[in-house]
Amino acid sequence: MPTRILIPTPLRGYADQQEVVEAEGATVGELLANMTARYGSLRKHLYNEEGKLRSFVAIYVNDDDIRFLDKEATPVKDGDTVSIIPSVAGGLGRCA
Amino acid sequence: MTVAAFPQRPTLSNQEVARYSRHLIMPEVGMDGQLKLKAASVLCIGAGGLGSPVAMYLAAAGVGRIGLVDFDVVDYSNLQRQIIHGTPDVGRRKLDSARDSLTAINPEVEIETHEVALSSGNALDLLRGYDVIVDGTDNFPTRYLVNDACVLLGKPNAYGSIFRFEGQASVFATRGGPCYRCLYPEPPPPGLVPSCAEGGVLGILPGVIGTIQATEAVKLLIGAGEPLIGRFMIYDALRMRFRELKLRRDPDCPVCGDHPTVTELIDYEQFCGVAPAAPDAGPASAEAAQDAVDEDDEATVEELKSRLDRADGVFILDVREPQEFQICRIPGSTLIPLGDLPKRLGELEGRGEMIVHCKSGVRSGKAVKLLREAGFTQAKNLRGGILRWIDAVDPSLPKY
Repeated sequence: MPTRILIPTPLRGYADQQEVVEAEGATVGELLANMTARYGSLRKHLYNEEGKLRSFVAIYVNDDDIRFLDKEATPVKDGDTVSIIPSVAGGLGRCA
Repeated sequence: MTVAAFPQRPTLSNQEVARYSRHLIMPEVGMDGQLKLKAASVLCIGAGGLGSPVAMYLAAAGVGRIGLVDFDVVDYSNLQRQIIHGTPDVGRRKLDSARDSLTAINPEVEIETHEVALSSGNALDLLRGYDVIVDGTDNFPTRYLVNDACVLLGKPNAYGSIFRFEGQASVFATRGGPCYRCLYPEPPPPGLVPSCAEGGVLGILPGVIGTIQATEAVKLLIGAGEPLIGRFMIYDALRMRFRELKLRRDPDCPVCGDHPTVTELIDYEQFCGVAPAAPDAGPASAEAAQDAVDEDDEATVEELKSRLDRADGVFILDVREPQEFQICRIPGSTLIPLGDLPKRLGELEGRGEMIVHCKSGVRSGKAVKLLREAGFTQAKNLRGGILRWIDAVDPSLPKY
């Protein structure tokens, strides 16, 4: 059963402009791996060079931050929603 | 939270009673709450999109002293969302314009203006004099600076951020509550921050998020209700949906954790990987410096103009977004947005020399790099982008 992953506005450009992506996996780590296998350019926004989740992107299962659950080993079950919550700053005023 | 003890308890004049009557008749505010507001102070950092509704509502609500930090001047492009400023204010200092608006709303309120860029050198002294801090600047260096300063001083921070149609809000740095670094220990490097191709903001959005920040500031000051502590509010204006996520204080947080490693303010521009923001810094200064290209890879707008006059067949590639192309364009240019470029390289085969431009030169710098790596060795970046073109060649075009 695929799980819904909510893609935030700043990252939708790397996921064919979709707001919701479905992926298979028993844990958050598996889900994200399957998702980034499909949308390769999302990977560098979620993981650093060492393959660790970036510290400016929070991953939530329903309304809980996985860092306070089981991190990437956090299990996902039917009906769960996974959200990617990146840090945003709209007021930089430095536009090109 | 407790409000600084007043030697003499303030009272309300009959006129103030009339002004605040809709507060006074509610038990959650009442005379006690209104007097707390009168005795209280809020520092609003930035008099822009978020700062406008924050300062206006706090002034209207009767917060006794409101500090404003800003060093900017009102520009036409601000007016779509920065409702504390009006059309006649274009060109004025934002602090002057904001002070006039706030005084017109409520002359009882004391307005303190600070014409400075908030920095590690002045933040603690500036924030220390206020009960609640509201960061309305919505940029990473200031956000981490304000966060850390609030934690170090023990001042609550009503946080807000906006992006396109989405906003975030929370209350950080209360006693025992989480801070921004508990959620995001580090900022994204500049290369992974969305550029203005993905930027823009619905003008009303800062109104929604700023009024949440103002609401939280008032609740903190009068001690009413359930503050937005340990909760992260996400608002999607397009779908008109609010979501709430749980936030926890991280015991390993470098600032507010059990064993903090950040015990004084640091260099936040360096921390965020951006060049210092001078008050007169031009657009894209930080990113442009980072993506600076070789002189040989660049063309000037004057050069492009004379080549167009000679009709020498130079190919002009515009890598902005279609919406930007609709606003203004260089005659004869071809649009391929930067994001589409990798899969549309075939359309450029056999073009020979091409001049690539965007709004001010950052995206086109990336495009030139990509093109050269793909074998289009004659691609050149138009220095300063279409903004420079408008300034130097065709001032009849609109700027955005």
